[in-house]
Amino acid sequence: MSLENRISEIIVSRLNVKPEEVTESANLKDDLGADSLDMVDLMMDLEDTFDLKISDEEGNTLQTVGSVVSFLKTKGIEA
Amino acid sequence: MNLNATAVVTGAARGIGLEIAKKLISVGWTVAALDMLEDDLATAAEALGEMYKPYTVNITDSVQLKEVASAVAKELPVVKGIVNNAGITRDTLMMRMSEDQWNLVIDVNLTGAWKVTQAFMRSLIRAREGSIVSISSVVGLVGAAGQTNYAASKAGLIGMSKSLNRELAGRGITVNVVAPGFIETEMTENLPEEVRKDYLSRIPAARLGLPVEIAESVAFLMSPSAKYITGIVLPVDGGLTT
Ligand SMILES: NC(=O)c1ccc[n+]([C@@H]2O[C@H](COP(=O)([O-])OP(=O)(O)OC[C@H]3O[C@@H](n4cnc5c(N)ncnc54)[C@H](OP(=O)(O)O)[C@@H]3O)[C@@H](O)[C@H]2O)c1
Repeated sequence: MSLENRISEIIVSRLNVKPEEVTESANLKDDLGADSLDMVDLMMDLEDTFDLKISDEEGNTLQTVGSVVSFLKTKGIEA
Repeated sequence: MNLNATAVVTGAARGIGLEIAKKLISVGWTVAALDMLEDDLATAAEALGEMYKPYTVNITDSVQLKEVASAVAKELPVVKGIVNNAGITRDTLMMRMSEDQWNLVIDVNLTGAWKVTQAFMRSLIRAREGSIVSISSVVGLVGAAGQTNYAASKAGLIGMSKSLNRELAGRGITVNVVAPGFIETEMTENLPEEVRKDYLSRIPAARLGLPVEIAESVAFLMSPSAKYITGIVLPVDGGLTT
């Protein structure tokens, strides 16, 4: 499964949204309805799934689905 | 009735914690009973059956707690309740209190509750419902000579719960504190006769409370009837603090 699809799956299950809503430019808070607890939950899920640490500063920069994908790629995660 | 939901209860091998476990089971909860006392856990498990699941763990040990949290997630219904009940005392006048006595009581009663809550809370957040109840003490409200460590830990639980309430109330999760007065348990059994008399003279109800009376309050705060009650401290003390 591609990295994009894995991330999309996590977001769909955590935020209770439809897969087609999870576009690259979708904003996690404004478009997908995440509140601050959802964001923390999501970050922790990404940490568990991809076995890495996301600092609070890094977490704050992850506003859109696309930014999550490119952040994980900079961490060397491809799929 | 089976709620198909798990309540994590610490210090559930005996005393008030065991009574809480019994009561919660009687209203349909599965109980993950966390305690250090392996033998007492086994005895309770034999008596209470299927719905009482013992886990031997020291709640000050983050590594052990993580293991228990993943075991509970695998083995039991989804966690929707947390009861921070495990507690200890190391009484002595402040002038004589060692740093170890201070640290141990804070570590178990306050930091332990924080660790347990943190280890299990994600499951409540995801379920978007649940309740967290911490067992404080009237001593956390009014203080007691010889208990600076214990009172600080019990007052700390109140601040922790009130803050956590502000984080979680929007998710349908209630966070409350029960503050028992003097209850008939091993903790109070060994009191010197004159201390006991002095206590009794200060309790309007003129008797010590029973563990089951604490358990009833906890079960109520965790029931659908109490969905709109959150962030409170409920004294169950025969009128002692009022
Ligand atoms: N009894 C009262 O009058 C009264 C009044 C106000 C508040 N309370 C509070 O009510 C709660 C229950 O009191 P209780 O009288 O039922 O006490 P208890 O009979 O001593 O039971 C406490 C249980 O917690 C366990 N425990 C202690 N430290 C632990 C740790 N680090 N990890 C895991 N388990 C641990 C104990 O095991 P070990 O024996 O191995 O330590 C014990 O089984 C306590 O928080 C207490 O402060 C009691």
